[in-house]
Amino acid sequence: METKKPKLKLAVYWGAACGGCCVSVLDVHEKLFTVVENADLVFWPIALDTKYKDIEAMPDNFIDVTLFNGAVRNSENEHIAKLLRQKTKILVAYGSCAHLGGIPGLANFSTKKEIFERIYEQSESTINPEKTKPQSRFTVAEGVLEIPEFYNDVRSLGQVVDVDYFLPGCPPQTERLVEVFLAIVTGAELPPKGSVVGAGTKSQCDECIRKKTENKQITKFYRPWEIVDDDETCFMEQGIICMGPATRTGCGNRCILGNAPCRGCYGPPDDIKDSGAKMMSAIASNLIEKDPQEINKILNDLVDPAGTFYRFSLPNAIFRRKLV
Amino acid sequence: MEFKPQIIAFLCKWCSYTGADLAGTSRIEYKPNVRIIRVLCSGRIDPTFVLQAFRQGADGVLLCGCHPGDCHYQEGNYRCLRRFLLLQNYLEQMGFEKERLKLEWISASEGKQFAELVNSFTETLSEMEPSKIKNIMEVLH
Repeated sequence: METKKPKLKLAVYWGAACGGCCVSVLDVHEKLFTVVENADLVFWPIALDTKYKDIEAMPDNFIDVTLFNGAVRNSENEHIAKLLRQKTKILVAYGSCAHLGGIPGLANFSTKKEIFERIYEQSESTINPEKTKPQSRFTVAEGVLEIPEFYNDVRSLGQVVDVDYFLPGCPPQTERLVEVFLAIVTGAELPPKGSVVGAGTKSQCDECIRKKTENKQITKFYRPWEIVDDDETCFMEQGIICMGPATRTGCGNRCILGNAPCRGCYGPPDDIKDSGAKMMSAIASNLIEKDPQEINKILNDLVDPAGTFYRFSLPNAIFRRKLV
Repeated sequence: MEFKPQIIAFLCKWCSYTGADLAGTSRIEYKPNVRIIRVLCSGRIDPTFVLQAFRQGADGVLLCGCHPGDCHYQEGNYRCLRRFLLLQNYLEQMGFEKERLKLEWISASEGKQFAELVNSFTETLSEMEPSKIKNIMEVLH
């Protein structure tokens, strides 16, 4: 009788995430059968009722592959990240939030105090005259109640634990996940630890089919809703900020092919350390104005430079938070 | 202890570095707080260099290039100017004092001006607090 290859043990977890990454895993559609043929899903909060204590009971390195999506925002995220690191052979930071901090990472423009004041005191729909705010520990007659502690800073997974591979995207393209998964299942030679997998090494502009005319004469920047683009010329040349110059390939130019400028979810390619710095460089090269006052007038069209350049990568940037 | 600000200066090879050299060969004394890095052109100053200098604890960063119209590569100093203005906007948004980043044009004959520039920038920074950025940017575990 043919001996069956032991099945892989697979876990998927979400930290500070929107759930989109978990859905992108479901988007394998009928290939899910290939997945369950080759792997047992041992932990996946969105789909299975496995408890944290079941994970704690597993021996170390019991899980073969964990796809960790979401950033590390509170003590629960951190605890599970460390726990899964201990129980997992190959830990993958899956999606922009785990890779670079992602959208939740934009909270690094504020502090915990500012966020709590906004949510629990100032927001238009809040009535809270006693200024009650959540406490991580609270004593009642029956004992002590605990909820996770909310941290001041959002961190990417790699800033908390040792990560084996990074699979970028918001969410990652499901085709890339299937490629990576098949590589693991078939025992193909894996890239060195710490690599970005399921993505290219060049910038979006290298694959972009839009026309580049070298006509770098931007006199005004537009937000996408302020202008009807011509459907064929480079967005930057039309004055629309496109993160293409500072963003890794791998998504297949999805947004650009849909006539929307790139927002940068795949993060910077290997040779770029900081996507915002690269964008500042690219923007400066696309203007021709030479008078400081006129330049400032054009730059003032950029309403939120830091938020635009670091939409998905603030916690991993050189300036990883606002200074307070 | 007296606060001694540290300045990282990026000087273009053709004008500003030669100007700083002139200050030296003319025996002009200026504050020793500046560490000069020579680049081929002020257009070579990647914003990454500036952010990295601040990140590693520089209290001020000084960018110097040829006067407008004098760039050895024709347009490099204008690129530097635009990057500088954009960087200032960015630094301000990040809650960082934009006065810590300075751009001045220094020609090869302006040794004296370079010395004065270093002195005045050192003075401005001495009146400010030391940059706290290095500690704030540390990732806590």
